[in-house]
Amino acid sequence: MRLRLNIGPRTLADLLPGEEGILGGIELPEADARRLMELGLIPGMRVRAAGRAPGGDPRVFRVDGTEIALRRETARHLILREEGDAA
Amino acid sequence: MSALPSLGGPGAGRGRPAAPRAPGRFVALVGPPNSGKSTLFNRLTGMRQKVANFPGVTVEERRGQARLGHGREVTLIDLPGVYGLLPRSEDERVTHDVLMGQMAGTPRPDAILLILDATNLARHLVLAAPVLGLGLPTLVILNMADELKSRGGDLDPAALAKQLGAPVALTSAARGEGLTPVREFLDGALGVPASLDLPVLHDVPACREWAAGLGEKAGYAAPAPPLWTRRLDAVFLHPVWGAAVFVVVVVAVFQTIFTLASPLMDLVDKGVSASGAWLAAYLAPSLFRDLLVEGVWGGVGSVVVFLPQILLLFFFLGILEDSGYLARAALIADRTMAKAGLQGKSFLPLLSAYACAVPAVLATRTIENRRDRIATILIAPFMTCSARLPVYTLIIAAFIPERPILGPFFGTRAAAMLGLYVLGFLAAFGTARLLKSSVLRSEGTPFLLEMPPYRWPTLRQVGFRLYDRSKIFLRRAGTVILAVSIALWVFSHLPLSGGQPPKIADSVTGTVGRALEPLVAPLGFDWKIAIGLVTSLAAREVIVGTLGTIYGMEGDTRSEGLQAALRHDLTPGGAVALLVFFAFAMQCISTIAVVRRETGGWKWPAVQFAWMSLLAYTGAFVANRLVTAFLA
Repeated sequence: MRLRLNIGPRTLADLLPGEEGILGGIELPEADARRLMELGLIPGMRVRAAGRAPGGDPRVFRVDGTEIALRRETARHLILREEGDAA
Repeated sequence: MSALPSLGGPGAGRGRPAAPRAPGRFVALVGPPNSGKSTLFNRLTGMRQKVANFPGVTVEERRGQARLGHGREVTLIDLPGVYGLLPRSEDERVTHDVLMGQMAGTPRPDAILLILDATNLARHLVLAAPVLGLGLPTLVILNMADELKSRGGDLDPAALAKQLGAPVALTSAARGEGLTPVREFLDGALGVPASLDLPVLHDVPACREWAAGLGEKAGYAAPAPPLWTRRLDAVFLHPVWGAAVFVVVVVAVFQTIFTLASPLMDLVDKGVSASGAWLAAYLAPSLFRDLLVEGVWGGVGSVVVFLPQILLLFFFLGILEDSGYLARAALIADRTMAKAGLQGKSFLPLLSAYACAVPAVLATRTIENRRDRIATILIAPFMTCSARLPVYTLIIAAFIPERPILGPFFGTRAAAMLGLYVLGFLAAFGTARLLKSSVLRSEGTPFLLEMPPYRWPTLRQVGFRLYDRSKIFLRRAGTVILAVSIALWVFSHLPLSGGQPPKIADSVTGTVGRALEPLVAPLGFDWKIAIGLVTSLAAREVIVGTLGTIYGMEGDTRSEGLQAALRHDLTPGGAVALLVFFAFAMQCISTIAVVRRETGGWKWPAVQFAWMSLLAYTGAFVANRLVTAFLA
């Protein structure tokens, strides 16, 4: 397991298998962020960590009725909204 | 190969005005990737564009005529899938340019078939906003309606049509259901869609909210999650079982293309030799008879024998592609790709290079980053294409005795073949690392791949694929290989002295071959192989036909068959060297042509040809030395 220091916000890369979170924002250049949103990764959507490749990367995320595979290097730019935050 | 369209590269027409209008109506098929556009296109036109169960199969515009009865036709334009109308990669740019009327040679479409996956409707409806915003008559097609129903989803098409201000049809293109309204739309008077209150187009969240509202008003009930896909993924993406299944699939494919193919190949072989013998007996002795028997039957015949094996390979590739497993394989292989410095999107083009490098080079259009795209193009011909299969099989069968390794499931010959595939892959891997850590270094673009649900491959689809593949293979045998065989036979009978052809070693062919022999002697090749290396510059499998023709003309080896003749002429070191040479060398004019077109110049194909030739020569040299020393 990778050690996670408790600094900075939680991201999609931090979701444990089977865990869910609500996407808060995408910290990537606008064009990249738009493509992710076109695939369904829109802030406010519920995202669930599903399968993954042997070795743990990339991982499959379930969102908006589909499954999208992302590498860790991308997933860690997708910030989760802290539970309990106002929408 | 015939896969080359006559148009220029995807960017060729940008900025130029559209071509003058051809008579008749043009209708474009637009939709997100893997929504079934090409399947519908094939149904409506009777054509057979490649389709498969993963996103990004179509990377260029294709046209076809849809017949509507009473002699009327419309031209359909099949386009690469897009999520929005802002292009990010070359394939998406094709769609963008055609829709905007900026594609040279293609008029702006008169109407649009917007194809959406009904099982993913809320998300796919996002694309309806920019497409309806074009103001063209549009039919919204909700495809895979059968899957929506079987997974318990529901929708009121009339209500959705009212919301969208455009007609809506429910279809299942794979089964050919629900196509009547589509044909009626193509045939009918096309009305411009009612102007809608569209959301701000490039604001994706706003579009998604709009789409959700539409779906709600149209009574859209999303289908239950695809249960079988979840169950299968639990196995195929399992940390241990997933990798095991991957290995088993690969091993099984290799073993079957040997064991299952050989009786079929023997059958074809018997047919070829019997008909050749019959011709030889039936025709009066003449040069023409010799040309037919030695040149055509010997040359073309020895290649045609490999048809069953190639069909088996495509059968397996077809099942893997249509089922959706390939997307999982891409996921499993992604770490390896990352180590080579490539992004996951390179995997699918590279996989299609196992069939043929030409469509693989085209398929790299889905890669947004230009440097990644060029790196992928440069390594694609290292993947073992189906044209190498006859060469490998011939030499392996001649030199490697079949012994079981894992009982009847995996033998020495299949292992040797698998080894050659791995060798090609390693060359690709090393080359990619070299390129990506030097001239083609780039910032990564995010890797994202949509996982399609598993689907049953249909018999119809697989059958068509095999039929089309046979046609391509036989066409090549009947054109390139036939021409080379005849030319070779003629040059092997010149110069005539006193009306008699010379001994083959003294003919033009023999003279050229012997002039080249010193160059290839260090690799363990004689002048006949040298001739084969020259002719196979046209296409790899030509060497089999060439050797068939040459040995067919030599009286003493004619009766022995190609394998025996090869054993007679090649040392084991030379045989392994020949295999290694073919694993690395870029002997394919079609690939060179498509690389030049897709990279926009001679620079990259020249670099690629030089590099692959260097590797082939060095690799063959080392292999010859090693094997010879080892056996001494």
